Amino acid sequence: MLVHSRGARWAVWAVFLVLFLPLFALPLLVVLGASFATHWSGVLPSGLTTGNYRAATRGEALQALTTSLVTALTASLLALAAGTWAALAAAALRKRQRRVMDALFVLPVAVPSVVVGLSVLVAFSKPPLLLNGTSSIVIVAHTVLVTAFAHQSVSAAIVRLDPAYEQAAASLGARPAYVLWRVRLPLLLPSLTAAAGLCFALSMGELSATMMLYPPDWTPLPVLVFAATDRGALFAGSAVAVVLMATTLLVLLAVSRVRTRASYR
Amino acid sequence: MSIRFDSVTVAYDGNVVLDSLDLTVAPGEVMALLGPSGSGKTTALRAVAGFVRPASGRVLLGGRDVTDLPPHRRGIGMVVQQYALFPHLRVEDNVAFGLRARRTPRAEIRERVAEALEMTGMAAYARRYPRELSGGQQQRVAIARALAVRPAVLLLDEPLSALDARLRSGMLAELARLHRELPDVSILYVTHDQMEALTLADRIAVMDKARLRACGTPRELYRAPADEFTASFVGNANLLPVTVTASGAALGDARLTVDTAGAAAGARATLCVRPHLVGLGDGPNRLTGTVREIQWRGSTHRLHVDVAGHAVMADLPELRDPPAHGAEIALHFAPEDAVLLAAGVSGDER
Repeated sequence: MLVHSRGARWAVWAVFLVLFLPLFALPLLVVLGASFATHWSGVLPSGLTTGNYRAATRGEALQALTTSLVTALTASLLALAAGTWAALAAAALRKRQRRVMDALFVLPVAVPSVVVGLSVLVAFSKPPLLLNGTSSIVIVAHTVLVTAFAHQSVSAAIVRLDPAYEQAAASLGARPAYVLWRVRLPLLLPSLTAAAGLCFALSMGELSATMMLYPPDWTPLPVLVFAATDRGALFAGSAVAVVLMATTLLVLLAVSRVRTRASYR
Repeated sequence: MSIRFDSVTVAYDGNVVLDSLDLTVAPGEVMALLGPSGSGKTTALRAVAGFVRPASGRVLLGGRDVTDLPPHRRGIGMVVQQYALFPHLRVEDNVAFGLRARRTPRAEIRERVAEALEMTGMAAYARRYPRELSGGQQQRVAIARALAVRPAVLLLDEPLSALDARLRSGMLAELARLHRELPDVSILYVTHDQMEALTLADRIAVMDKARLRACGTPRELYRAPADEFTASFVGNANLLPVTVTASGAALGDARLTVDTAGAAAGARATLCVRPHLVGLGDGPNRLTGTVREIQWRGSTHRLHVDVAGHAVMADLPELRDPPAHGAEIALHFAPEDAVLLAAGVSGDER
């Protein structure tokens, strides 16, 4: 323990709570409170109801939830595949080439997501690759945006992977493909699931690029939240936001369970 | 299967870590590569395994040039210092790994895994994960895994250095037993520990600074080392600067009778005497000096004696009446127990 005296420990906790609560917890609590309200004019919300949730879990909102889930799952799996593949390929390159590759993959993060959305829109609005107006264009944009995170966390894990394992495997007569499937990927599994969780969470919350691209029949949940608040329906929007938050957390929890089962040491 | 290094040179970024090594390990022989860290011994082993590519020279296994073969096509077994057991696989699956990679029929895999685990005494641990085993047990699994593929060549890279001293001597006996059970397997054994090399090896190759210094049976290297480096690295040694005379050698005023092996009188040389062959009291080749240090080691006493400015070590069976600190004593050694090494051949820049 860093702080030894009892008093000092309490003080550190107090500072932590004073900083943490207003910054992180309170806004979320406010949204949670608002989602059950019909009015909020005093200190606490009033006119408590579950009607907002009834609206947020059926019809348009339910459709949007499915859309978001499908988009996020597809995008994070695509990103994981592309990012892992690239990270594995980069590991075999020389230092300078590897740096170029890393820079390329960081690009979508460095560039504002509005710009990524715009460029995807421009790129796929004309034949031969006419994706504008389809669900694919949203998934493509999300994939581009989150691949960077998949690539980064997987390449960090590859660097830490002890080459002794693959060498032991090779000395036992395993071909490189066999070593990849039976040794390297299983050993990377904890980082792969972590990367998948990160990509999923990012994609679930993506708004700015999505706004420029989504077709009417493929409206992800964040767009719905934005639309609701934009027209002043704060309490209905809050309920949708809580649903979005809860779903994302639930999926992350499931992923982290897979991860604990996958970590061997 | 024999292992042959044919002037193998390995360099990293122009830095030579193995300098034209010529060495042949006979089929069924245990060859120890003995040397300090940075001597190139591990590099030599990795060149056989295929993990480093020689800048020049060839590596041959059973007469076949394998220099350009990838590691998985060389048919070797390897055990490294940290074992590198696959943490996500059970013991039995670790041992079966090489067989599965080679698409061995399932029934045969079961049989050979059981056999390898039996041989290493790990049959009771087949369902465990590596993290649930002690260091010594992991070591046995690593050996079982390497043996399951029935390699003709076994490469052992400091396999005991992660174990504590008592386990080490036990495993050393186990390795000797395994080799008796598998007399056709050639073993290349990399170590920095002279005891391991002396105990296990049929021959020892002593390496220093990327070069092969000497190669011979443990007895040859111990009894008649070729140079100072070998003398001090294989066993303990007193190395005394002497001048060759007509009948032997001179250390200061002392006239010593030793085999000069044709060295010219007047030449400078180094006399090598093993500490346990030095006796206390008068005798042939008498040296007198002052006791500087007395170490009691249970079964022996080690005396550090200053003989005309040269430190001489003597390992004596436990003395009832050890000499006092600072006492003037006489030491002696038999003429046949000393070896005259030509000075300047080696041990130069050390």
